[in-house]
Amino acid sequence: MTAAAEPALSPSAAAAPSARPLLAVNNIEVVYADVILVLRGLSLAVPQGQIVALLGANGAGKSTTLKAISGLLKTEDGAITRGEVLFDGQPVHGLEPEAIVRRGIFQVMEGRRIIADMTCLENLRLGAFTRRDRGQVPADIDMVYQYFPRLKERTGLAGYLSGGEQQMLAIGRALMAKPKLILMDEPSMGLSPFLVQEVFHIIRQLVSDLGVTILLVEQNARMALQVASYGYIMERGKVVLDGTAAALAQNEDVKEFYLGGGGGEDRKSFKNLKSYKRRKRWL
Amino acid sequence: MDWTLFLQLMINGLIVGALYGVVAMCFVLIYKASQVVNFAQGEFVLIGAWVCWFFLTKYQIPFVWGFLLTLVFMVIFGILIQVVVLRPMIGEPVISVIMVTIGLSIVFQALMKWAFGVFAQPFPPIFERESVAVFGLEVRTVYLVSLLVSVGIMAGFAYFFKATRMGLAMRATAFDQQVAQSLGISIRSVFAMAWAISAAVSAVAGVVVGVVNGVSSALSFIGIKVFPAVILGGLDSIVGGVLGGIIIGLVENLAHFVDSQWLHWGNLIEVVPFWVLIVILMIKPYGLFGTRDIERV
Ligand SMILES: Nc1ncnc2c1ncn2[C@@H]1O[C@H](COP(=O)(O)OP(=O)(O)OP(=O)(O)O)[C@@H](O)[C@H]1O
Ligand SMILES: [Mg+2]
Repeated sequence: MTAAAEPALSPSAAAAPSARPLLAVNNIEVVYADVILVLRGLSLAVPQGQIVALLGANGAGKSTTLKAISGLLKTEDGAITRGEVLFDGQPVHGLEPEAIVRRGIFQVMEGRRIIADMTCLENLRLGAFTRRDRGQVPADIDMVYQYFPRLKERTGLAGYLSGGEQQMLAIGRALMAKPKLILMDEPSMGLSPFLVQEVFHIIRQLVSDLGVTILLVEQNARMALQVASYGYIMERGKVVLDGTAAALAQNEDVKEFYLGGGGGEDRKSFKNLKSYKRRKRWL
Repeated sequence: MDWTLFLQLMINGLIVGALYGVVAMCFVLIYKASQVVNFAQGEFVLIGAWVCWFFLTKYQIPFVWGFLLTLVFMVIFGILIQVVVLRPMIGEPVISVIMVTIGLSIVFQALMKWAFGVFAQPFPPIFERESVAVFGLEVRTVYLVSLLVSVGIMAGFAYFFKATRMGLAMRATAFDQQVAQSLGISIRSVFAMAWAISAAVSAVAGVVVGVVNGVSSALSFIGIKVFPAVILGGLDSIVGGVLGGIIIGLVENLAHFVDSQWLHWGNLIEVVPFWVLIVILMIKPYGLFGTRDIERV
């Protein structure tokens, strides 16, 4: 967490890293099935070693953004039709998903998506599929068990794990790939408040212990802004607001929409808010 | 009742059933990994047998080398079929893909007759001793080896899917292709590999049958018997395929016994597997081991 000092909103220089960010998404446009335009010029940056939150209403295009970065868009007949995705300064848009995993980007998909007819251990071993240092894998499995001790006790099929355990397994599986960047899509989905706390606690630990970088998509904005250092809020395929997590958490509009502050029923969108000003990036 | 005949037939059933099981595994492997119902599985068996026979008789090379060359050939063959014929069919309706594999089966049948003739050809003798004694019973060496080979292949499959990286990748692909890709698995390579393994292992079964009975187009009967076996076992279960194969082998020989002792209808051995097929489809359409998904969200 950054010190909650200056609520520096939009002028993104505040958090724009001085050095080159690990991930830079520049003005991308994404189209499904050649006709459905979902992302309309979205840009964001994720600096090395930080957690960046990507928030927005249902259908805003958060998952699509993550799939565009990981290349999984291709598996759903989607394509990046404009803009670029730079990872470590190298373009990765257009690569096959497996090539992107090898570069060090790993997506933990929405809904956990563990392999139900395999054991926990087999799921973890699969996470290491692209690793070259295979001798290291058993040690890393132990490391994952240290973060998630209860996975070690579960010897049956992963399909019978509880929702929280499946989420832990999904995160553990991602760690097994030793990625530089993890794209996490709604890790809190369907978890009890207590488990959400636990999972986020571990996520924060992972970043400080292992130095991984995380781009976090969340519905639970309060939680996400607590662990993240920077946040983006998107609506209908674009970023409409961004700033340090502390600043966003203080922002009246964000409070109202995502952190459950009161407010008039007529305020259905950021557009209707007086204090909202459409960010113009790249335009 | 002729108990020696009964025992003999049951042993036959086990041996031939294990071979059905091996080919059934190959069929299930392709179905699971790439969702293709391969009606040309029997022709893979046939091609393997002919190719090996060709190396052994035309070039007179030692059996081991001929056999290894056959495996190499079949691996390449399997990959080529997948890449050239089936990859373009990805995303097409199931029925089109089925038509393609039926077409492949017809083409290969004809091609083999054209290349090698319609008559059964014997393999050159491979074992020095025709038969060996097991627990006081004289057993033909080829039968013994056949059973050992089948069991060995099954153990190999079990090891491959449980313990190896590519085996796990294949299972992951079978479970959910998108997830597999998110883990960095190239599903194209998995498809190609499934076809390669399936073709090569089917060829092993073909060589074994060829050594016992000689090679002829009749050999692809194994491919036809595989359907009752995999339906019985559940289309998507490798273990089910093995057990289905063994059960079909035993049942058809049991039918043969009943027929020869009492009924005298003739040819019961040929049709009974398909009666089993129909009954299974009526009472247990998922077979013995077919998966219904784990419902847990
Ligand atoms: N494979 C697809 N084909 C066509 N349209 C899609 C596809 N996937 C998503 N969309 C559309 O793109 C838009 C954004 O979807 P996306 O899943 O990215 O939203 P999201 O922000 O992740 O929403 P949620 O919070 O509900 O997960 C939606 O309108 C959705 O209908
Ligand atoms: Mg989503």
